[in-house]
Amino acid sequence: MAIYPTETGHYGNFGGRFVPETLMPAILELEKAFKEAKEDPAFQEEMRYYLKQYVGRETPLYYAERLSAYLGGPKIYLKREDLNHTGAHKINNTIGQALLTQRMGKKKVVAETGAGQHGVATATVSALLGLECIIFMGKEDVRRQALNVYRMELLGAQVVSVDQGNGTLKDAVNEAMRYWTANVEDTHYIFGTAAGPHPFPQIVRDFQRIIGDETRKQIIEAEGKLPEAIVACVGGGSNAIGMFYPFVDDRDVKMYGVEAGGMGLPTGKHAASLTEGKAGILHGSLSYLLQNNDGQVQEAHSISAGLDYPGVGPEHSYLKDAGRVAYDAVTDEEALEAVRLLSRTEGIIPALESAHAVAYCKRLAPVMDKEDVLVVCLSGRGDKDVNTIREAHETGGDSDE
Amino acid sequence: MSKAMLDNAFQTVSEAGEKAFVPYIMAGDGGLESLNERIRFLADSGATAIELGLPFSDPVADGPTIQAAGIRALEAGTTVQAVLDEVAKERASRNVPLVIMTYLNPVFAYGVEAFASACAAAGISGLILPDLPLEEEGLVVEALKKYEIALIRLVALTSTPERIRALAERAEGFLYAVTVAGTTGERATFVDQLGTHLQELKEISKAPVLAGFGVSTPEHVKELSQYCDGVVVGSKIVDALHQGDRQQVKDLIMSRKQ
Repeated sequence: MAIYPTETGHYGNFGGRFVPETLMPAILELEKAFKEAKEDPAFQEEMRYYLKQYVGRETPLYYAERLSAYLGGPKIYLKREDLNHTGAHKINNTIGQALLTQRMGKKKVVAETGAGQHGVATATVSALLGLECIIFMGKEDVRRQALNVYRMELLGAQVVSVDQGNGTLKDAVNEAMRYWTANVEDTHYIFGTAAGPHPFPQIVRDFQRIIGDETRKQIIEAEGKLPEAIVACVGGGSNAIGMFYPFVDDRDVKMYGVEAGGMGLPTGKHAASLTEGKAGILHGSLSYLLQNNDGQVQEAHSISAGLDYPGVGPEHSYLKDAGRVAYDAVTDEEALEAVRLLSRTEGIIPALESAHAVAYCKRLAPVMDKEDVLVVCLSGRGDKDVNTIREAHETGGDSDE
Repeated sequence: MSKAMLDNAFQTVSEAGEKAFVPYIMAGDGGLESLNERIRFLADSGATAIELGLPFSDPVADGPTIQAAGIRALEAGTTVQAVLDEVAKERASRNVPLVIMTYLNPVFAYGVEAFASACAAAGISGLILPDLPLEEEGLVVEALKKYEIALIRLVALTSTPERIRALAERAEGFLYAVTVAGTTGERATFVDQLGTHLQELKEISKAPVLAGFGVSTPEHVKELSQYCDGVVVGSKIVDALHQGDRQQVKDLIMSRKQ
């Protein structure tokens, strides 16, 4: 496939830089700093150092033998991003962007967070590098992820609860962008997912591609071949693009992006922008978007705070239209069931986000051979979700066995 | 035709040795049925042109006042089509140019060409899209040109000299000089260099330069107008109309003449 993005930050018809003029100079400065950093061996060395010694990379590619046997299909491998410092893949990106912040001579960072994982990962690297950190988080997410709020504060970050809209990730991004607009001279916005205005989708992808690069090497060592299929969950799409990107040109590797189906696609209460949305502009880029006929962005719904977003990164929109990645959705209920399944077969409690990818294995297993290899990106661990999962159990609709 | 109405309005003000005053209102806030009456009230009070906000669910360039007005308008069921239909009703008798300010997505969802055509039919003179920088304006310029709608560009305090030149060179309708680093909404004071910045813009701009964002008192209006061709006042007007305080609106508009 052609190399994307283009010089102007487009992925086919998608992407771009739809931001107020006040932010454009900072966007261009960031693009320049990122290009220079990528070609600077000292920056690359610094990244390698922190990823190994601080984050704990490389993460294992673990053969989930009991899960594979239970589902009766292919050999399932889990890319253990949940074992990273702070418990998810998010830190791969925040380390990189925090180092970029230093390169640009800025001392403050702002970020949005949904589940709190990106907020915690941003607060963590801010503490590590001595940056002042402010995190915007939707009111509803502050409620359902109270522990992560405290974690961020413990790390020295200021957490601002956002009342606007439904008080979820979309609203947190709006406020973070407004804050950035007002403080752009001395503040960098550490965008958490592979969306937003160019160059963010590219920066996040390039910092997250280590997931796919490691997986490629590890699966060849373990199986002597590339996998038949790869599965990752997609909210904004950062873990998925990091996993998929190094395999895009391997046409025999099927790739599946799993969106949050919420209460079920027919109910309209979901976060499946690629599956159900149409092209539109939100938060700086043109991409698939949940919106009504009048171009008003609709509220997303998912039990998983990290997938509760009506937009998606532009490269995913491009990969969908190019037919390279198949996107589908699983419901809250299927995700909850997958949490239990993985917990009991492998002793691994996945994050609700990652559980969507695990749930999709149940659909893929019956149509794959025993000799096939299926890689799942286990993007985060479920410690933060234990309360949400317990509440869902107790309010029924979701039996224990 | 539509664009010319805006150019003529600025010329008239300039020839009279006065400054322009462009109030902003959120279409649908206070009910769509009151929209034309509000436009007439602002025109009668001395507005040079009127900026009409079309509500959007995620207005990242707006502060709390306009966000709240947008939510009220959306909750009242305001749509792009309904606003354009309402505005079209009094097109023939209207003596003040209208400019639409909204975000790209509602325009994109309507269809850029269809939107430009509908604006022309409703007698709209210009369009302001705060989330459409120079780099992306290729999406709309052809359609707007075809229907003679001015694309009103914003220049920021953070804009580099090269960007300022490019924006001033392409200016049509008016050049919207954003007076704060931040979102719309009331401010107590402005940065010291603002006057010089506005004067420099005025020297190179192909269209009148209007200062906006944070302009909220008669003192602001007088202070900023001396450096450029006039002001845009948004949040303060939206707030006063929402409170039913029309005298405050009149006083603000009158302050351009003193």
